[in-house]
Amino acid sequence: MIIGNGREITMAGQVCMADTSGAFYLAGSRTLIVSDLHLEKGSSFARRGMLIPPYDTVATLMHLKRVIEYFDPARVIALGDSFHDRDAASRLSDQSHATLVDLQDKRSWVWVSGNHDPAPPFGLAGEVCDEMHIGPLVLRHEPQVGSCFGEVAGHLHPVARVVTARGSLRRRCFVSDGTRCILPAFGAYAGGLNLRDDAFAALFPQTPPTAHVLGRDRIYSVAQDSCFAD
Amino acid sequence: MSNATTSSLPARFADWFAARGWSVRDHQLALLKHADAGENALLIAPTGAGKTLAGFLPSMIELSQQKSNAPGGPGLHTLYISPLKALAVDVARNLEIPAEEMNLRLRIETRTGDTSASKRQRQRRDPPQILLTTPEQLSLLLSSPDAAPLFATLRRVILDELHALVTSKRGDLLALGLAHLRTLAPAMTITGLSATVRDPDELRRWIVAHPGKAKLVLAPPGAPADLTMLDTRERLPWSGHGGGHAVREVYERIKSATITLIFVNTRAQAEAIFQQLWRINDDNLAIALHHGSLDASQRRRVEEAMAQGKLQAVVCTSTLDLGIDWGAVDLVINMGAPKGASRLAQRIGRANHRLDEPSRALLVPSNRFEVLECVAAMEAAREGAQDTPPARAGALDVLCQHILGMACASPFDADALYEEVRSADPYVDLERPTFDDCLAFVATGGYALKTYERFAKIKRNTDGLWRVSNGKVAQSYRMNVGTIVESDMLKVRLVHGRALGAGSGEGVAAYTGTLRRGGRVLGEIEEYFLETLAPGDTFLFGGEVLKLQGIVEDEALVSRARSDEPKVPSYAGGKFPLSTYLAARVRKILSTRAAWTHLPEQVQEWLALQSKHSRLPRSGQLLVETFPRGGRHYMVTYPFEGRLAHQTLGMLLTRRMERMGFKPLGFVANDYALAVWMLTDVTARAQQNPTCLEDLFAQDMLGDDLEEWLRESALMKRSFRQCAVISGLIERRFPGKQKSGKQVTISTDLVYDVLHRHQPDHILLRAAREDAATGLLDLARLGVMLARVHGHIVHKALERVSPLAVPILLEIGREPIYGEAQDDILAEAAAMLFEEAGA
Repeated sequence: MIIGNGREITMAGQVCMADTSGAFYLAGSRTLIVSDLHLEKGSSFARRGMLIPPYDTVATLMHLKRVIEYFDPARVIALGDSFHDRDAASRLSDQSHATLVDLQDKRSWVWVSGNHDPAPPFGLAGEVCDEMHIGPLVLRHEPQVGSCFGEVAGHLHPVARVVTARGSLRRRCFVSDGTRCILPAFGAYAGGLNLRDDAFAALFPQTPPTAHVLGRDRIYSVAQDSCFAD
Repeated sequence: MSNATTSSLPARFADWFAARGWSVRDHQLALLKHADAGENALLIAPTGAGKTLAGFLPSMIELSQQKSNAPGGPGLHTLYISPLKALAVDVARNLEIPAEEMNLRLRIETRTGDTSASKRQRQRRDPPQILLTTPEQLSLLLSSPDAAPLFATLRRVILDELHALVTSKRGDLLALGLAHLRTLAPAMTITGLSATVRDPDELRRWIVAHPGKAKLVLAPPGAPADLTMLDTRERLPWSGHGGGHAVREVYERIKSATITLIFVNTRAQAEAIFQQLWRINDDNLAIALHHGSLDASQRRRVEEAMAQGKLQAVVCTSTLDLGIDWGAVDLVINMGAPKGASRLAQRIGRANHRLDEPSRALLVPSNRFEVLECVAAMEAAREGAQDTPPARAGALDVLCQHILGMACASPFDADALYEEVRSADPYVDLERPTFDDCLAFVATGGYALKTYERFAKIKRNTDGLWRVSNGKVAQSYRMNVGTIVESDMLKVRLVHGRALGAGSGEGVAAYTGTLRRGGRVLGEIEEYFLETLAPGDTFLFGGEVLKLQGIVEDEALVSRARSDEPKVPSYAGGKFPLSTYLAARVRKILSTRAAWTHLPEQVQEWLALQSKHSRLPRSGQLLVETFPRGGRHYMVTYPFEGRLAHQTLGMLLTRRMERMGFKPLGFVANDYALAVWMLTDVTARAQQNPTCLEDLFAQDMLGDDLEEWLRESALMKRSFRQCAVISGLIERRFPGKQKSGKQVTISTDLVYDVLHRHQPDHILLRAAREDAATGLLDLARLGVMLARVHGHIVHKALERVSPLAVPILLEIGREPIYGEAQDDILAEAAAMLFEEAGA
C-alpha cells in the first residue's frame, strides 16, 4: 500500500488529509491521528482458546512506523481502542514495546481512551484523555449522536461495499459529510462495520455522507448511496 | 443361486429367504465367508443388488448365535457408517424388518445430529448391538473418554456408499477414525460397500491398515442401461445450461413414465427447469423440486411423497445422487452435461433398482458442446468405463482436528499416534516433521513467535503423554467437529406475502404446489451469490421469482416478484468440472470426422462449418484462434480441461499478457474453452513473432506468476477460511449465537494477510494451498495440459468469430468476467459520484 497519496477533505473549514494508509493528517498542526489499533487482539483471542496468529501487533506497529516516518508528525493521537483489552499493554512483547517507545521518541503522544481501553496503557508514555480539541476539531473515540460540528472519531470501523458489473469489493473507508469524520480502523485484525448500518444513519441524519475508500494507491470517493449493505 | 447355497445359511435365515421367495446371492455368501474368516472386504455392486443386506447379513447371523444375557449387556457389535444421515435412518428402518420377521431380538439404533442429547449419552453408556451413524458422529464418539470401553466389544464396521466418502475431507476424517478404531478393537473387521469405481484397489487399501488390502467381492453387473440422447426437434442452443429448449419434450417423457427423476447440475438449473415445467403443466402432474438450499423439512416432505408414490417427477441436483432406494423410478433424465462417466452411471442407476431389468435414461444436452459430452458419456457408459476421482492425500487441517479429538479422549503418546495415523491409507506418506507441525499447531498454534505457550490447548506432561489443558478445550472440539464447512449461508425469508393473493395469477402459487406449508423461511442461499445482487434484483428460488428487499443480519428478506423472468439468471455454470476422462473422449470425437455420424445433424453442420471457416484441432493439438470483434481483439482456445482449470489459466494468461503488453481487458471460461479479449492486435503480434503463442502458454506460468497471483487471490482466502474452521483455529459460526452478538468473530481474510506476511510456511497456509491446488484452482490438471500442448499449439488467424467460438463468446455477460485490478471496481464506482456531481 502506498502511503501519502491521500485525499484532502475539508472538515469544519479545516483542510485535512484522509490518507491511503488509513491515517488522518492535519498538516497545520503536524498532527497524525490513527484510530482503533486494537493491539494484541490476537493474544486476546488466544486467551480464550482461539490461537490466532500472534503477528497482528507487529504488523500494525510496522505499518504505523512507516506512516510516522512518512509524515514525521510533531504529535500522534491514538484515537481510542489502541489496545484490544485492558491487559493488552502488559502482553506486548519486549520487541513491540521497544518499537512503541521508539515511535514516541521526540514527539508528543496522546492516548484517547476507548471502550476497549478505558484506562491508560500500562508502562507506556503519553498523555491520556477522553477527548481533545484542535482548533475547531473535537477528537474523541466514540462519535456522539446529535450535532457535533468538527467531530473526528473512530470506534465504528467503517467499511464500504462497492458493487459494479465487474464485481464486489469491501474495503475500509473514511466517512464524512464535512462536519464529522469517522476514521477507518488501523489495526491489522480490526474488522469492519458496513457504512449502510443504522449506526451511521444515526450520525448522518440529514446529508448522506461520502465514503473515502482506501484503494491500493489512492483514495476513491464514493457516495454512500452507491455503496451496498453486506 | 441354488437352494444348495441357501442351505449354507442357518435355518432361521434360510427359511426367511425362502419365505420371501428369494435366494441368497453369491456376493452375499462371499461376504459371509470373509466375515467368518475374520477378513476385511470390499463389495462392489450396482444398485439393486441387495448390497445393504449383504453388508449386514454376517452381523445378523453372528448376533443370532450369540449367547445373550452377558453381564452389562452384550455391547456394541456392529457400526454402520453412511455419508447421509437420512440414509442411516432409512437403512435402520429396513433392517428392522428382517430382524423382526426372524425374531432376532436385536437392538438397532441410529445416532445422528438429530438424536437427542439424552439418548446420545445413554448410547455411550448402554450401546445398542447395531449402531447406524455418520462419520462426524464416529469422531465425536472416539473423542469421548468412554471410547475405549464402548468400542472394546466392536466386531464389525460397515461403510456404505464408500466411493462417495473417500474422495473428500470427510473421508480423511473417517480414515483417521477407523485407524483409531482398529487400535481400540483389534478383532474388528471392516466391510466396504461401493458402487462401481475406476480402481477398486484404491478402496481396498483404504479400508484396511497399511500395507494391507481388503478382499474384493464383485457382484455381477446389472443389465446394460437403455440409454438415449434426446434428438431435439427444436433448435439446439449455442450456449447456456438451461435446457429450456427441450422442456416440452421432457414433459412428454414425464407423462409417459410412472416416476421420473430429472437430474441437473446446479441449484439454479433445478430452479429454472422446475419453473418451466410448471408453466406448461396442463395435466397438473405432481412435479416437485429437491436441492440442497431448500429447507430440510421441505426436502423430507418431497422424499416422503416420492416414497409413497405420490409424485410423478422430481427435479433434483446431486442431493439425490445417493441415498434411499425408490423402486418405482422408471426413468432418469439427465439435463445438461453429465460431467463424468461414473457420475452418470450413478444417476442412471437411480432408475429401476432391479438388476435384471435395464435402467431407462435420457440425456438432454443443453447446448452444442454438451452434445459432444453426452455422446462421449454414452460411449463410456456402454463400455462401463469409470472416472471416479483418484485417491487423495489426507488433508492436514483434518489431521489437526483429529489430533485434538484424540487428546480429548485420553492422553496420547505422539510416536504411537503418528504410527496409527500413518496406518490410514490417505496418510501413508505423511512425514514426521509435518505430523509434528500439526501437533504443534494444535498445542500452541505452531507459530515461530513462541508467545502462546501459556494458552496451550494440549500439553505434554512429565509422563510424555499429551492431554487437553482444560474442559473448555474438549467442549469447543465437540462443537466444531466435522469437515463440512458450509459457505456462509443466509436464510431467505419472505416478508411481503401479498403478491401471493389475487392478481399475481395462479401461476406463481401453483409452483409452490402442496409441498410448502406456511413457513416464512424459504431456505438458505449462499452469501457470495447475494453479494452480486442489489436490492430490487430478482432471482429464482424455490421455484418462484423472488425480489431481494434487503439483507438484515443473517437473513435475506425477499418478496414474491410479479415477473416471470428473473433478472439474475444464475450464479454458476456447471458445478462439477468436466472429468479428464470425458474431456479426452470429447477431444477425440472432435478430431475424428468418422465419429460425427453419431451426432445430431445440427451439430454435424456446426462442426463442418468450423472446419470450413477455421479448423478443428487434431488429436494432441491445442487450437488457438484470434480475431478482431467490436474494436477489440479476441483470443479463444479450447483445452477441454474443465471450468476450474480454465479459470486459473485465464488468470495466469492475462497476468502474463499484461506484462507482454497485450493490454488484456477480461476473460471468460467454461468447461471447454477460454476467451480473452484485449486492446492489442494479437493476430499481428503472433504473425510477427511465431513463438509468441508458445511463449504465452509456456509451463513456467505455474511458477512466479502463480505465486504472485495466489498471494491476493480470493480463492486462497476462501480455502484458508475452510482450513481455519476444520483445523480448529477459529470456531464455527452458529446462526443463533451470531445473532445474539455473543460470539467473538475475527475475519479470516485479515488473519490470512497477516499470517502470509509473517509466516508464509505455516501449516495452515500449506493446507490451504494444497486444497486450492487440487480444488478450486485445479493446478494439477492445468500442469498436465500445458505439458501436453507444448510444441503442439496451432494458431488460426481469423477475420471474424469462428463457429466453435460462438458459444464461449455468448457466455460473456452470463458468467462472471475476470479482470486484473480489483481497484478498477472502485474507480468505476467513484466515477459514478463524479458524474453525479457534474450533473
